[in-house]
Amino acid sequence: MTMLFIGTRKGAFTLESDPRRRQWRIGGPHFLGHIVNHVVLDPRDRRTLLCAARAGHLGPTVFRSTDFGRKWREASRPPAFPKAAEGEKGLSVDHVFWLEPGHASEPGVWYAGTSPQGLFRSDDGGDTWQGVAGFNAHPMRRQWVGGEQEAPPDGATLHSINVDPRDSRHLYIGMSMGGVFESTDGGRDWQPLNSGCAADFIPGPAPEYGHDVHCMRLHPLQPDRLYQQNHCGIYRIDRPHDTWRRIGRAMPKSIGDVGFPMVLHPRDADAAWVFPMDGGSVWPRVSPGGKPAVYVTRDAGKRWRRQDRGLPERQAWFTVKRQAMCADSLDPVGVYFGTTSGELWGSANEGARWSCLARHLPQIYSVEAAQRGK
Amino acid sequence: MKVVVPSQLRDYTRGASLVEARGASLAALLADLDLRYPGIRFRMVDEQESIRRHLKIFVNREQVQRLDAPLTERDEIVIVGALSGG
Repeated sequence: MTMLFIGTRKGAFTLESDPRRRQWRIGGPHFLGHIVNHVVLDPRDRRTLLCAARAGHLGPTVFRSTDFGRKWREASRPPAFPKAAEGEKGLSVDHVFWLEPGHASEPGVWYAGTSPQGLFRSDDGGDTWQGVAGFNAHPMRRQWVGGEQEAPPDGATLHSINVDPRDSRHLYIGMSMGGVFESTDGGRDWQPLNSGCAADFIPGPAPEYGHDVHCMRLHPLQPDRLYQQNHCGIYRIDRPHDTWRRIGRAMPKSIGDVGFPMVLHPRDADAAWVFPMDGGSVWPRVSPGGKPAVYVTRDAGKRWRRQDRGLPERQAWFTVKRQAMCADSLDPVGVYFGTTSGELWGSANEGARWSCLARHLPQIYSVEAAQRGK
Repeated sequence: MKVVVPSQLRDYTRGASLVEARGASLAALLADLDLRYPGIRFRMVDEQESIRRHLKIFVNREQVQRLDAPLTERDEIVIVGALSGG
């Protein structure tokens, strides 16, 4: 059975399926009233849950459960930047945006991405967090991420933390103001990896950094392959090549290749799903024409196929945020997405047909799938 | 001294709206509160020692924004969740 962990503007919810993924039972709310950006189950023990939360009045924190959400405790030292020297202006974490379990060989290690853009690490299952100084205090950080006044309305975020399953020291991160960066030494040093990606909001020749990554995923069984949904299109890279290829060019022109999430098939590195949104004029960021559809590729981006059976046919203006779409690991793969209008949609057959699993939820920020009992 | 705790922070005080704490300054008072109710301080004060934007702290009905503000045993401390929501 599949369990979905849903982070919303007003708390966290769960959806639990029957073995055939036909019936779903909703649970929650947890942390009602909190802005929950991400709820993630630790795949290494399948019991530990971390939840990134803040409230309108209160500062950001991380809640932890070691018993699958029955009891929660707050991190004793949540992610926080160092206190600035006297007379200098320091950074303050506005919200923890992304949570990522560390390498399989490092139980208890987690990474967190924040807004303003910072990378943090915990070595004790999310109880205490330290900044990854190799990034947060890198002499180039200010140039890489720009100034806070240039950030998008909800703040620039560090997200899409990917750990190479072959090497715990090999990390990728994505930023909404900065682009993709890679570390091969456990986060001590970083290099931009944006060649081939457009950044049409930056005048002049192609920049080395400053790009707007919406979501980037590394394939767990083919870790040299990464897919990226960017502000400026859909891309793929196959390392050791260092140039992204715009596979979104194969999307229908009337749909375009702008969106937020990027979802990979857990066993087929050629298969991926995206949720296109209107990137025209003033960037409405809703389903083009009010006709929601998922697009899937089965050949690593050479072709894309529309998947809209079961979705509303008209006047449905879905927005799906970058963390709000995911896949489970069953066969066939279940694919799920949540909308900012509080609907949770799912397909138990890899997108061939969709059904609404929950509605009337608060604005959905994130959806993560896990298999229970494995 | 008595500290009035707003609803937003009562998960930390096990539901209490009025608690006791000690300190000769606001910083010391908040440190004492954090000892009694672990985690409460960081929800109120960020890592640069600024009181969070939507929380207000009043000492004897005067809003205080500096953590080095002196306090006496007779002061009345009221923490308020200011307008924020929707």
